[in-house]
Amino acid sequence: MTARLGQDSIWAIGSFAAPAMLLFFAFILLPLLLAAGATFTNHRLVSPEPTRFVGLDNYARLLSVTILTVQADQRQAGEEDVRFPTWRQSRQARPGLAGYRPAFHVDLGATRYVLAARDPLFVRSLVNTFLFALLVLPLQCGAALGLAILVNQRLRGRIFFRTVYFAPVVTSMVVASIVWSFLLNTDRGLINELLRALMDDPGAGPDWLGDPRLALASIALMSAWQGAGFQMLVFLAGLQSIPPEQYEAATLMGANAWQRFVHVTLPGLRNTIVFVLVSTTLLAFGLFTQVDVMTLGGPLDSTSTVVYHAVRKGFHEQDIGYGSTIALVFFMIVLGVSALQRMLAVKGAAR
Amino acid sequence: MSRLAPGALLAALAAWTAMYSTPGAAAPLEIRMWRHDTGDAEMAAGRAAVARFNASQEKWKVVVEAMPQSTYTSAITAASMVRQLPCVLAIDQPTVPNFAWAGHVRALDSLLPRDAVARLLPGGRGTYRGKLYSVGQFDVTLALFSRRAQLAALGVRIATIDRPYSAREFHAILVKAKQSKIARFPFDVNGRSRAEWPSYAFLPWLQSAGADLIDRSSYLRADGVLNGTSALGVARYYASLYAEGLVERNPADERAFEQGRALFHYTGSWKSDDYDRLFGSDLVVMPPPDFGHGPRIGAASWQWAISRDCRHPEGAAALLAHLIGTGEMAAMSRATGHVPVSREAAALTEHYREGGARRIYFEFAQRYALPRPATPAYPAMSAVFEKTLSDLRAGKDPAEALDEAVEAIEHDIARNNGYGFSSANQVGAAQ
Repeated sequence: MTARLGQDSIWAIGSFAAPAMLLFFAFILLPLLLAAGATFTNHRLVSPEPTRFVGLDNYARLLSVTILTVQADQRQAGEEDVRFPTWRQSRQARPGLAGYRPAFHVDLGATRYVLAARDPLFVRSLVNTFLFALLVLPLQCGAALGLAILVNQRLRGRIFFRTVYFAPVVTSMVVASIVWSFLLNTDRGLINELLRALMDDPGAGPDWLGDPRLALASIALMSAWQGAGFQMLVFLAGLQSIPPEQYEAATLMGANAWQRFVHVTLPGLRNTIVFVLVSTTLLAFGLFTQVDVMTLGGPLDSTSTVVYHAVRKGFHEQDIGYGSTIALVFFMIVLGVSALQRMLAVKGAAR
Repeated sequence: MSRLAPGALLAALAAWTAMYSTPGAAAPLEIRMWRHDTGDAEMAAGRAAVARFNASQEKWKVVVEAMPQSTYTSAITAASMVRQLPCVLAIDQPTVPNFAWAGHVRALDSLLPRDAVARLLPGGRGTYRGKLYSVGQFDVTLALFSRRAQLAALGVRIATIDRPYSAREFHAILVKAKQSKIARFPFDVNGRSRAEWPSYAFLPWLQSAGADLIDRSSYLRADGVLNGTSALGVARYYASLYAEGLVERNPADERAFEQGRALFHYTGSWKSDDYDRLFGSDLVVMPPPDFGHGPRIGAASWQWAISRDCRHPEGAAALLAHLIGTGEMAAMSRATGHVPVSREAAALTEHYREGGARRIYFEFAQRYALPRPATPAYPAMSAVFEKTLSDLRAGKDPAEALDEAVEAIEHDIARNNGYGFSSANQVGAAQ
């Protein structure tokens, strides 16, 4: 042995890094490369036919989008009710749109603007995923920070409250989802029963998971509840690393509670907040379990997410080539978002 | 425990050697069999049938391995990819063509005795492109359950085989039941069940109206079949049931009918045991509503197939021939209450013989049953149809929903080169 203690030797570095590198290659890099390879083929999970090379077909199908305008039916002109032709009718006039289906549309008077795609469900899923992240990020991080400040007080029984708030995190997401789908049930769920009792109206209570406008928000609410305990602990650690002298000094200088929060607590938590935001975003992008258990992507695709879409294409429809393409493209998007967040954080630190 | 005398031990050893060295009495060859986990009665009946087979001859010894139903089909797929399939497999009949196309299972025509197969009703066979790939012991049938007293109180007639409810009449009854506050949601259609149930239950409605999932002459075209006028009528009907609050969109449990919260339950004959016990003579079993071409129900349940990798197909075939024998079929029906799939076996059961208490299910199977489309595309089509129904439940425009289903199905078929029904070029344009 030539290397001495305290010196970096190539062998020492190698032997320490080797297990981690080995695992990284076997379980991260290799599957990624295999998936990247599969995106150029029509590989099926089960098929007697050989896998063929299809070039960029999968990418073309995934990423083709177009916007077109549709005029309301002239036959109906003069009537109150503006009627638009069905998609099949409006497509027949445009042979170039053969594989396209509508993902979203906006009506402005007698003109309809349609965002059409060859895989409209992917477009919807992508939008839903970002919408979910936008909903859950402030909700979950805000709740976590509030809870952390709450259980950081010198109150009696705070250990009990910490345990209570942390309990959902150690509950399996599948179990939590099942329990919540019972709570949110339209006709016999606890939440609607409560609403009915409070409002004294037997017809009250929205269709939480059955209404396309509410389903994603309901899932976001439930997810924030389930996940906030973990971020609370991270915030708690951050809060306890702020030296108490700073608070004392602030108090001596006459700062009130709000000023102490803004000028001592928030700057002290800067790194913690960046970590929590980045990790919560990544977790939010991976939304799958809740959707799979609670809504199956419905109603009307309002809760379909990219991961759910990839699993559905890859495994349920056994289209591994296309499923891999979705996963890889989404990986790039998430990588981009994380890089952006990191860049902003670094910029913020330099300021 | 007493010690064996050396003499006795020697004698036993001699006897043992003698037994296994006699030519023609070699140790039986093992045949592995996979099945999905079902209810206790059915599992016990299946085990007893295999035990009788093992006892009836000395050449083969069948070993049964059960696995959970939820992951069963993916387990078969995985085992097939690494060529670890057992000899005999239980398969849900509509997926048999897919397994045949994928090469998991082999044709049975030359392996099974012709007369035993000829006795089977359509609900006992699984075919693909004219060849037999699976055989079954029993079937289940769809039925409309209700209660005599409640129908009488509402002033509504009981539907019979000769005069089923028409779809329009049935809708009027549901509206009446809702208005008279008998039930908040008068019609229970197993809204919590996923996977194959939606297709199994509501594809017959399409067929009863003269539509289908796919054109069965080519198995390549869904356009005009799944989105034609008659299909659209059924889709609108189905959507209206939810829009008008006649069916609960997202029920909390599956006990609405037995707890008296629903007037009708549209479900399978597997419920008949429970409901007989619960309601006795108050229970009425009726055919599903007629959408114009007479009521329809799905044919065929779980069946047995022999895998491609099986090294002793003649042993596996002997087991299958044993299972579809008239006596075994009747025994299975007696133990589980399932509908036998041959007239001879039905005659041997107390329930299903002419005049038996449950003969009506057998009549349903004979008159109404229509197999699901025998194409490898079926699992994909069923998944698409399930999604279409769930979109209709949520209020999607029926015409758009069916158009979308047609495109998804034709796209899947094109992507799989017609699943062996034709070349890719013919349907490539359908994309």
